[in-house]
Amino acid sequence: MNIYVLMKRTFDTEEKIVIENGRVSDDGVNFIINPYDEFAIEEAIKLKDAHGGEVTVVTVGSEDAEKELRTALAMGCDKAVLISTEDVEDTDQWSTAEILAAYFKDKSFDIILGGNVSNDNGTGQIGPRLAEKLGIPHVSTIVKLEINGNQATIERDAEGDTEIIEASLPLLVTAQQGLNEPRYPSLPGIMKAKKKPLEVLELDDLDLDEDDVEAKTETVEVFLPPKKQAGRILEGDADSQAKELVRLLKSEAKVI
Amino acid sequence: MPRKTLVLAESRDGQLRHVSFEAIAAAKKIADGGEVVGLLVGAEIGAEAKVLGHYGADRVIVVQNEALKYYTPDGYKQAVKHVIDLEEPDAIVMGHTSIGKDLAAGLAARLDSALISDVTSIEENGGDPLFIRPIYSGKAFEKKRVKDGLIFVTVRPNNIDALEKDESRDVDVAHVDVAIKDLRTIVKEIVKKTTSGVDLTEAKVVVSGGRGVKSAEGFKPLYELAEVLGGAVGASRGACDAGYCDYSLQIGQTGKVVTPDLYIACGISGAIQHLAGMSNSKVIVAINKDPEANIFNVADYGIVGDIFEVVPLLTKYFKEVLQEA
Repeated sequence: MNIYVLMKRTFDTEEKIVIENGRVSDDGVNFIINPYDEFAIEEAIKLKDAHGGEVTVVTVGSEDAEKELRTALAMGCDKAVLISTEDVEDTDQWSTAEILAAYFKDKSFDIILGGNVSNDNGTGQIGPRLAEKLGIPHVSTIVKLEINGNQATIERDAEGDTEIIEASLPLLVTAQQGLNEPRYPSLPGIMKAKKKPLEVLELDDLDLDEDDVEAKTETVEVFLPPKKQAGRILEGDADSQAKELVRLLKSEAKVI
Repeated sequence: MPRKTLVLAESRDGQLRHVSFEAIAAAKKIADGGEVVGLLVGAEIGAEAKVLGHYGADRVIVVQNEALKYYTPDGYKQAVKHVIDLEEPDAIVMGHTSIGKDLAAGLAARLDSALISDVTSIEENGGDPLFIRPIYSGKAFEKKRVKDGLIFVTVRPNNIDALEKDESRDVDVAHVDVAIKDLRTIVKEIVKKTTSGVDLTEAKVVVSGGRGVKSAEGFKPLYELAEVLGGAVGASRGACDAGYCDYSLQIGQTGKVVTPDLYIACGISGAIQHLAGMSNSKVIVAINKDPEANIFNVADYGIVGDIFEVVPLLTKYFKEVLQEA
């Protein structure tokens, strides 16, 4: 099987957000593989183990993402591709889908996997956009994937309910939490990853100009939510605390 | 400049979802005096089409087709694209729901357009609307605009106020036939897991449990409290990882982001990854044994105590108060 995984480098979920000069600062920030993309990587490796073939992990963005790509290679991916957008002023989800579509134009693939959402921008647009651009079907937020020959049987999370879906390859799927338990890279895996191929591409290599992928949206401002006032700790025994809380929620906060 | 704005509404079992009314209110802000057209897509659509008018739609289009019984990206893209070609709207609004977020992204690619997802508020800005949306799961916000062309947005449930219902508004409902063909993904079956019927991201009240709930059985009193309040049950990553509940209940930076009117955190320590998913709730209550728990830093009201003692008492007193009302 020819398997591709889309990966994004994001802030560690434990990071606090600091805004500097109107942008989110990445000074001293610990980066990770977007957690939903980790599920996609794990599933891709499992598919390879079951059906044979090759897993290529692809990212679009900063060249610093080499570190996260190496982690994906250490987990078991075979090849990595980094499409650098360092020279592009501003990209949005439209841009990223254009770039990925240009990359996949001359590739043959059976399945493309990605996370259903990134934990930074959180739009969930890339998977469905790319599938549309490539003219292949997609299923988002999957929690189970079985492939038999050309046929995929998928369980998909739809707001808590599970849909059982059938589709044929080639196909794009996006991972939801619960799909699997991502493995940690093993020590031999980490050693091997250093020697695995990692290709860095510029937009030029994809026959794209910066103008071709300039964002269609513009960020006017970035700001932090207002700081919450310290709350009130209720006194007394459990019974009077519960009674007082119900009273406050009704007459003071007016939420019931 | 007035904009004709198309709103994709969603109904479930003949009932419109509240987020659809919120989407109409959002559309009014974007439309700048232009017409707001409601759209319903499905296998069986009845009287609910008129209700979109009560909440502000100027007219309604219905696409009814047996092949649209379940959501599939192919079927819904075909139906909505057909209506877009007929109506040529200047703006499109959908709810940021399971259907809306998936459909909007694919459709934006088909239309070669921008899409601003998961909008929580809109500034009209003299006809050049600005869209505010959370980033880093609500740890920060960004304000965005579409440079030019179609304005396409999805709005997060529970954030934009719906307009007041006006049943005297009797609007035109037009049926449009669309041939739906070549579905490449087939929904074989839907396994219902949600017991209460209240969706977590749309619930006005969320009762959430953490490691302090100790077991799957321990969630029982939380479900009882949620039921009395007409709310949904959520969980922290700790509770999901420990196997106390399904991952579909997880709230946090990995998991769902919720903004209910009332969030009751039971036995949740308040790791930053959890706070990202709930700290923009209107009112937060924390119940935890540990007075030093981080959750108390974001709570409006805190009770230091045993959840197994406090939660059943809350259920009892809420029941009393709600019966009086």
